[in-house]
Amino acid sequence: MYKLILILNLFLLSACTTVQPWDKDLLAKPSMALVPSEIDNALDEHIYFSKEASMGGQGVGGGGCGCN
Amino acid sequence: MNKRKKIREKLSFASAALLQMTSASATETPDETWDMSSAILFYNESDGRVSAIEPVISGTKELKNGDIINLKAVFDSLTGATPTGAHASSTDQTFTNPSGKKSYTVTAGELPLDDTFLDTRVALSGSWNSAVFDNYSRLILSGNLSKEFDYSSLGVSANFLRDFNNRNTTFNAALGLSSDSIEPSGGIPTAFANMKVAGTGTNRDATDDSKTITDFIFGVTQVINRSTLMQFNLGVSESSGYLTDPYKIITLIDPVNGLPIATSGDDLPYLYENRPDSRSRQTFFWKTVHHLNEDIINISYRYHTDDWGIDSHTIDFHYRYELGNGSYLQPHLRYYSQNAADFFTTSLADGQALPEFASADYRLGDFITSTIGIKYATPAGKNSEFSVRAEIISQTQNEVNTPVGDQANHDLTPDLDSFIIQLGYDFYFEQ
Repeated sequence: MYKLILILNLFLLSACTTVQPWDKDLLAKPSMALVPSEIDNALDEHIYFSKEASMGGQGVGGGGCGCN
Repeated sequence: MNKRKKIREKLSFASAALLQMTSASATETPDETWDMSSAILFYNESDGRVSAIEPVISGTKELKNGDIINLKAVFDSLTGATPTGAHASSTDQTFTNPSGKKSYTVTAGELPLDDTFLDTRVALSGSWNSAVFDNYSRLILSGNLSKEFDYSSLGVSANFLRDFNNRNTTFNAALGLSSDSIEPSGGIPTAFANMKVAGTGTNRDATDDSKTITDFIFGVTQVINRSTLMQFNLGVSESSGYLTDPYKIITLIDPVNGLPIATSGDDLPYLYENRPDSRSRQTFFWKTVHHLNEDIINISYRYHTDDWGIDSHTIDFHYRYELGNGSYLQPHLRYYSQNAADFFTTSLADGQALPEFASADYRLGDFITSTIGIKYATPAGKNSEFSVRAEIISQTQNEVNTPVGDQANHDLTPDLDSFIIQLGYDFYFEQ
């Protein structure tokens, strides 16, 4: 499984073009952040952590709780 | 340039976006401002189950040397009733509170819920984000503390990010450690011991227990082109210690008629659950953010697998629809599916050998969660933004075990609908 994912990633990354700093106007917008709203994301993660058996993937830590 | 936006751009580091930083913004002299985000979340479950109110406030400041600090506080107030693990039956069912002193009765046909559920949680966290080695690497150190009346958690993490390829590629390695302790009301129940009739004893092993969690993530964020960013993460998590839920029980049934059966006068027909004392999880996470002409698509997929036998798939989709003048509408769709843990069971049968582990916690069952939501945000005066968000979360449970006798007359794994409303206000102020 992981080998397949790795190969897929390398394939995708090899298709990338080098974007110069002066062409990063769109990428630099706050709305283009991977997590545009940290608060929305943290509240959602907390809800799903307390109602489902999976967690993590995006980052580490985040504060444990007795809800699960 | 809008100061709040400027800090936010730099904060993108936190989600592996060193590559979003331009040399121009890196050399600007930081302003002494706090970039504040606040929200209050109202969470309600159907059928009178859990209700929660959760205010959050977060402040971020860029220091003169370019370091970025963040402080956050979350308060959580929960009331209502939560499933115990016992299932509905054609007889009235009596349960003992965790304290062992009082009892409550659930009418025949109703899902047993513990309505003594009441909790308040306070969580504080902070992080320090600074350049290390050179202008291409950053280190984010974080700490968090969470406290409830019966549970406390202390965590630390370190996240290292390194830019390559003209800041088009960022490698990210993160390590998180968490130490949790639990002191449940009434104490730690003896695994598979019966819940006792109120006032006749409690079948407890200890007053408290603990667990540790170690998380590791290795990831790559790549600029695909001028309008597309892609992230891949591989995660490993190891939990060890007391991973059982001390408040969860399993119905002990007659193997023929399926009704709860008590084995002695002081025993109730419910056994305390028992989970393994270790858990290893692995995750694969992929996210893509793509800028259309005006709007933005943010889509992610997560695969999760663990040695409890739980595999899950999560697809998350946000579409930011620009309304002009800084306002936007953002629909949200999320789909989640998981299969049951190997030791998940609806009930245990009297007279049969006990398994090594068992739990009837619906969260370890086989189910699908669907979420549909929408957010509206608009500027509210100079350098501030107001937002409102509403979501409906529907959890559809699938039967895992073949019903026995009377069990066939009841919904042993009821579905759950939740509704959330969130109000948000972001602003900044100068010191």
